[in-house]
Amino acid sequence: MKAKHKLFWLALSVVTLITGCKPVKEYQKVYINDSEMELSMRKSQKFENSFQLYREGAAGANGGKSGGGCGCN
Amino acid sequence: MIRIPIIIVALYWSIVCSFAQTLSDSILYQPRKLKVEEVNLVSSYYHQDGNNAAVTGGVGSERLSDFATTLDIRLSKPDPRRRLNTYTIEIGVDAYSSASSDKIDPSTISSASYSDRRIYPSLSWSRANDKKGTTVGATASLSTEFDYFSVGAGVNAYKDSKDKMRQVGVKLQTYQDVVTLIYPIEQRGGKDNGGTEPRKTYSATLSLSQIINQRLQVLLLTDLAYQNGLLSLPFNRVYFTDGAVGIERLPSSRLKIPVSLRANYFLGDRTILRTFYRFYKDDWGLTAHTAELEGVVKLTPFVSISPFYRYYSQTGIDYFAPYATRNKQDAYYSSDYDLSKFDSHFFGSGFRILSPDGLLGIKAFNTFEIRYGHYSRQTGLTSNIVTMHLKFK
Repeated sequence: MKAKHKLFWLALSVVTLITGCKPVKEYQKVYINDSEMELSMRKSQKFENSFQLYREGAAGANGGKSGGGCGCN
Repeated sequence: MIRIPIIIVALYWSIVCSFAQTLSDSILYQPRKLKVEEVNLVSSYYHQDGNNAAVTGGVGSERLSDFATTLDIRLSKPDPRRRLNTYTIEIGVDAYSSASSDKIDPSTISSASYSDRRIYPSLSWSRANDKKGTTVGATASLSTEFDYFSVGAGVNAYKDSKDKMRQVGVKLQTYQDVVTLIYPIEQRGGKDNGGTEPRKTYSATLSLSQIINQRLQVLLLTDLAYQNGLLSLPFNRVYFTDGAVGIERLPSSRLKIPVSLRANYFLGDRTILRTFYRFYKDDWGLTAHTAELEGVVKLTPFVSISPFYRYYSQTGIDYFAPYATRNKQDAYYSSDYDLSKFDSHFFGSGFRILSPDGLLGIKAFNTFEIRYGHYSRQTGLTSNIVTMHLKFK
């Protein structure tokens, strides 16, 4: 599958998810507000992300650096 | 008969009180001291081994050990307009030893980066306005090591939807780096080093997070990054087909386009599925896919284990070639296996205890987490990492 097609399906999935969402009141956010549900890397993943930045060619879009600030590419 | 006036007075009083709530915030504002919200200590030990060191042209030991620690302190204080200002001060130190870096100059016992330290302090500020649903912030950072110096700065802004179901964000970041040119011993021409070269990075992050329902939320992120300057490493050797040796040469600019989707789902009452997918493409010809799945199982409301698996796959950059297979006439070349074609697997587990009442008798000791991961790359490189996170709040 070509990259453009993958991006299209990714965008379509996101739009479908967003348009299909239900209103959630503050008092209904007991699951959403759980600390394990945070939409970010864990602090304990920081150094894992760092070594992957060195050992792999891709970077960014994961809450870590996308280049610079260290001797890696 | 007296009951009616009492009721009237009570009604009048309640109306006065309700109006009193609309008095300006500055009149009601009570100055508050800067409060320590939390302190995080994260420490890790990383060890890797392989046989494709870039310093020796794609052959030779990649053995490396790294001990890294960061300490951050988060402070907050509301201002007279009831906006919450948060300040985060962080300091990080990495100490590493690398077998391949010693091959830059094998005649010395300890050369250039054989054993080095990286120190990286940073400061960030954010201001959250609950009424408007906005957050703005800025960051500044420094990073220094033997052959590298970096200054970073960034600004960010986020806006919540009225129903607090959605948040859009933008973040602009730059790193202005300086690379000290340390060449392999045979390339120096009698000089110790060849001066410095700049490396600049500019990135723009756009994010959209959305609560889908009571159990599912997603985050879409794109992180466009443009780099220019010296993007190769001056001590990476390349061996050519005719047996000659040179140093890595790569284009002076690079455009990176990663797009990711993160989705977290609360399954039942004890299990959380954390998923992540990233598509990456750049103008050096590298395309990559990353997929991660982590299952968090709550053994009790405060104790959880979280096994995880990450799959990564990349095509190599156009300029990569293994040891002694590249022609000297080519414009660009590298034998750095980090930029070659490979798949990799990373798996392990985390264990977390959190207690609002404190751990080990220390009231402020809120969270203890330990995490182990094993990494294996198709090129033969393997590594292990153990990370510990302590949170005090």
